[in-house]
Amino acid sequence: MNTGGGFSDFLQFIFMGLQRGSIYALVAMGFNIIYNSTGLINFAQGEFVVLGGLMMVTLTMTLSLPMPVAFVITVLFVMIMGILMERLTINPVKSPSVMRLIIITIAVSIIIKGLAMIFWGKESHFMRHFSSEETFEIFGATILPQTLWIIGILVLVVICFILFFNYTMTGKSMRACAINRDAARLTGINDRNMVMLSFALSAGIGAIAGIIITPIIQMDYARGALLGLKGFGAAVVGGLGNSLGAVVAGILLGVIEALGGGYISSHYMDAMALLIMLVVLFIRPSGIFGSVEASRLKEF
Amino acid sequence: MLRLVNVNSYYGLVHVLKNVSLHVDKGETVTLIGANGAGKTTTLRSISGLHSVKEGKIEFEGNDITGLRAEKLVRLGIAQVPEGRQIFRPMTVFENLELGGNLIFKMHGKKQMKAGIDEMFDLFPILKERQEQYAGTLSGGEQQMLAIAMALMCRPRLLLLDEPSMGLAPLIVKEIFKTISRLKEDSDLTVLLVEQNANAALKIADRGYVMETGKIILEEEANALMKNQEVKRAYLGKDQREIWEK
Repeated sequence: MNTGGGFSDFLQFIFMGLQRGSIYALVAMGFNIIYNSTGLINFAQGEFVVLGGLMMVTLTMTLSLPMPVAFVITVLFVMIMGILMERLTINPVKSPSVMRLIIITIAVSIIIKGLAMIFWGKESHFMRHFSSEETFEIFGATILPQTLWIIGILVLVVICFILFFNYTMTGKSMRACAINRDAARLTGINDRNMVMLSFALSAGIGAIAGIIITPIIQMDYARGALLGLKGFGAAVVGGLGNSLGAVVAGILLGVIEALGGGYISSHYMDAMALLIMLVVLFIRPSGIFGSVEASRLKEF
Repeated sequence: MLRLVNVNSYYGLVHVLKNVSLHVDKGETVTLIGANGAGKTTTLRSISGLHSVKEGKIEFEGNDITGLRAEKLVRLGIAQVPEGRQIFRPMTVFENLELGGNLIFKMHGKKQMKAGIDEMFDLFPILKERQEQYAGTLSGGEQQMLAIAMALMCRPRLLLLDEPSMGLAPLIVKEIFKTISRLKEDSDLTVLLVEQNANAALKIADRGYVMETGKIILEEEANALMKNQEVKRAYLGKDQREIWEK
């Protein structure tokens, strides 16, 4: 282990925090996409992450497909699962209320978890890293190349996200639907398709999170709940619906968790994120980056 | 062109539209006047497909459109300018117009959409000046113009206007009504106009319906309605007294 003392320890924690935080940020973005288009919290978000990770394990380790091919197939597979979820469980509901739909998402998460257990078993699955597993040192902190992959992919996803929602007609239509559904429909935008698309995108982002983290945490079927909860925490801290807020909050949460785990006690690592979420909810319920005015008008 | 036959609508258990029947012919401007809560907006929302109709029939250009969803009806040529300037406030004026033109974009491509936006800039030069601004920062009158422009971007044959004068200064109301009449002259647009400002509405309309508590109680030429004692007293506010008061 490193013996570099104060600064290198600190740097080590920061990198670890960035790595965890990137995952929370991705999960939180997934929450926000669906929240913005439907006003509901999709509690199956964590399950998308698990599905992404497990599918990637099967494709790369069992079927030995090359990484990039497996990556694409996995993301598409989970996106289709997201679409199926929307078409089979959300769309047919006759009189949708937010509460009813949220309970449905909880049911779906339990079903997905069950299916994942049947297909992949209860044990954790090991997966090869994207590139070398040799660590290298920066100022005394040991870093895995996978950590850089994770951070890099987060940056890439955020960039694609911004481009999609600001420069394509479909992205703008989705935003329009989130801002004012009736007005969007009056311009001929099919709001139901937009909801389906939001499930697909959010599942896709969840899958990416699962794929990049699996080499480090070794995925198993039951991981979804905690990952989802942390991501939800990040979404709340960043202000529900605010995607850039979610990214910042996710990273922040990850870093605080790592620092707390490193300097206080690693037993309380998981509690840190929830503690921060509680504090934010007490002091500023609309989230750090959320608008106070908007949160008053929200249904949930 | 448009025909409603015995339309009944509910909000939950509240019976809002009671056997509403009306028709609008091609090229006409028809206005629907009445007090707050009479069911004018619900009538429009039922036509545009935002509100579901319980009983009755709505026909557009000879086809039954009862129960079709709003986004479908836009494709058929019915555009609604909803009440209260429903624009996308956190987006720029240009983006709002693009969204208004998303159907043209899907069917005819980006060039046609840009051409449509340029037409709107000719019609409402102020929007061109403000195109990079967020729509929420526009003044009330400008927002209303943007809302109308967005509806026109759908290239409608029937335009449903819901209270375009709401909350606007009299001078701006005048300007907006002038724009509507000008639009009528330049194209063969048919307009169904819902208004509380009965005076302004009757001035530009060919025909009018008066609505009260969910029912249509009067139908006449606009000029005749303007002279109708009861309408004058109730909606035009022209210092009229009822007969027994005299």
